[in-house]
Amino acid sequence: MNALVPLPVVLPILAAGVSLALLHHPRIQRWLSLGVLTAVVVISSALLVQADRHGPQTVWIGAWSETLGIVLVADRLAALMLVVSAVVTLAVLAYSVGQGMTEDEEGAPISIYHPTFLVLVAGVSNAFLAGDLFNLFVSFEMLLFASYVLLTLGGTATRIRAGTIYVLVNLLSSTLFLISIAVTYAATGTLTLAHLAERLAELPDHVSLMIQLLLLTTFAIKAAVFPLSFWLPDSYPTAPAPVTAVFAGLLTKVGVYAILRTQTLLFPDSPLSDLLLWTALLTMLIGILGAVAQSDIKRMLSFTLVSHIGYLILGIALGSRLGTAGTIFYVVHHITIQTALFLVLGLVERRAGSTALMRIGGLARLAPLLAVLFFVPAMNLAGIPPFSGFIGKVGLFQAAQADGGWLPWTVVAGGAVTSLLTLYAVAKTWAVAFWRTPEEAHEALEAISDAADPAPGHGSDDGTHQHRGHVHTSAGTITKNDIEEARRLGNDDLPDRDFHTLIEAGEDNRHSPAGMLVPAAGLVTLSVLLTVVAGPLYGLSERAARDLHQRDTYVSSVLTGEAR
Amino acid sequence: MSVNLTLVLTSSVLLGCGVYLVLERSLTRVLLGLVMIGNGVSIAFLVAGGRAGRAPIVEKGGDTSGLSDPLPQAMVLTAIVIMLATTAFVLAMAYRSWQLNGHDDVQDDVEDDMIRHLASRDVTSEAYAATTSDFPGDDSSGDPGEGPDDDPLAADEAEINQERPS
Repeated sequence: MNALVPLPVVLPILAAGVSLALLHHPRIQRWLSLGVLTAVVVISSALLVQADRHGPQTVWIGAWSETLGIVLVADRLAALMLVVSAVVTLAVLAYSVGQGMTEDEEGAPISIYHPTFLVLVAGVSNAFLAGDLFNLFVSFEMLLFASYVLLTLGGTATRIRAGTIYVLVNLLSSTLFLISIAVTYAATGTLTLAHLAERLAELPDHVSLMIQLLLLTTFAIKAAVFPLSFWLPDSYPTAPAPVTAVFAGLLTKVGVYAILRTQTLLFPDSPLSDLLLWTALLTMLIGILGAVAQSDIKRMLSFTLVSHIGYLILGIALGSRLGTAGTIFYVVHHITIQTALFLVLGLVERRAGSTALMRIGGLARLAPLLAVLFFVPAMNLAGIPPFSGFIGKVGLFQAAQADGGWLPWTVVAGGAVTSLLTLYAVAKTWAVAFWRTPEEAHEALEAISDAADPAPGHGSDDGTHQHRGHVHTSAGTITKNDIEEARRLGNDDLPDRDFHTLIEAGEDNRHSPAGMLVPAAGLVTLSVLLTVVAGPLYGLSERAARDLHQRDTYVSSVLTGEAR
Repeated sequence: MSVNLTLVLTSSVLLGCGVYLVLERSLTRVLLGLVMIGNGVSIAFLVAGGRAGRAPIVEKGGDTSGLSDPLPQAMVLTAIVIMLATTAFVLAMAYRSWQLNGHDDVQDDVEDDMIRHLASRDVTSEAYAATTSDFPGDDSSGDPGEGPDDDPLAADEAEINQERPS
């Protein structure tokens, strides 16, 4: 019994309610959210220390009996994930306060941003702490609902379009989750993970295999594992920068966490190792090939996000303690790095007016600080020594090599290729967006658009509106044809509005506001710090992995007496 | 565990019809399909609860034999509430889509469309062009029925949907 355990869920939820009541006091709202998230960071850190020293911390909500109640468990893994997610969400919230996204989102229902964000945080925390499948389902729904609202914030055409796909895919996966819960309950009569750990082993093989497959499919959709990943690169980049950052950093990792938890706790002798290894390989390769083909930095990063989920699945698929430790370390690294990159991209977009590679250039000279902030995490993502990305990959590869079969070696080879291709993708971005001059970018663009001969009527509503995709600007040009529509949506950012012309017209934002710069820089610094403290962090990951594989630690801390 | 065949059949019919509707284009029909699937799953939970019994209300010192399993019922209630909220949200989205586009169809992936478009005209993608600054300008023939031929660049921009900071 530890009163701290429910707080990372309860505090944000309560604050969300209060924040909703404070709709007309945006200033108080901001301080409230910042204060609560800071408190969550502190509480999670305390939980991590306790879990590391005294073993898993558990709470049976409402003191119900152990056969009926809901249990929250903070073991090393859950507490570590809590700390990382709390730090990252705090940084993102500070960033969005700095951006004042509330002000330049014209027509957006501004004041719901803070309550929704807090519900998202509560959902993520609850998912990490949940000790039974149904509670896990509820926390998924909490965070998904918040994410639906955040993704369609403002209800612009592009966001509705991307939101439709996102919402439908996630609804289906939630339904699948419900079905797997029903099946599990019918087969075992319980949903508490600790009970399931004991009872699933008594089931016939084919029943437990079906439950495992159902759960894996459900979580693989959330985690964007190939071939269930196609919804991700299409929906994430349309949201506002901080929202994309927190989605990319956290939401897929919640799915990975759920896979890790269920695979290690419920299905320790998984017959699906090979299947998972293959999906890991395909996720890596297909994701990164998608990234190489992108011409927009946001989409490129979304594809690298998918591809690096493959590394995490590799560690889980191996099913060894080393592999699990590698995955845990890599999750921590990847959450930080991916969020940091998207936050920096938000700054790049603000400075250069776009994230399309065609339109920007010369940022290394014009905004050296931004260039450094992009370069460091980008190299980290690609796994250049000595950064934490390199350490994480080495850990995973060593675990695969310890396993020894031909398939793990194949995946290692795939992982190495993926790493190189990541390097290629970010290096291309660097060379084009940061290294060449804006004039070169402009000339190249001119040459291309001359050759492509813009269609008649192409520039008809050039510059008449501030926000692309707003309904009132182009109501007359709507057709059912998607290409037509695509052109309409892109219209406001015509070739003659690239970075170079923005500079010429003096319309570029020369100064990144400190409120945005500090959180982004802070997160980048943190990601570098992960490299510095990699030794202790890896030690912690190994201890967490040991807990996961000695399932007794978890089970006995949850079930204290009568129910065993 | 004994299973009620009627419930199983009802559940599977609902799920089957729901899946069929989800494959439709119109968001409203997809939503109806999802609602049917949701109801099918709720019934599946009742199946999971085992044999039907008396209402699970326990009096002090009373007899607890022959009660229905209350847990699946509690879960179904939660799932129904979530389903209600989801329905409301998707309806709002379908309405917004209808406001914006005049229809509520689930739209094609822009990227996908663009790749097909580029492939049909046999031109290189912008990602390639961005690195080489060399673009074979073949703009002669579009897909039949695709309207006026357009600038691949503009089409490619569609998914870069961020508002420019004002």
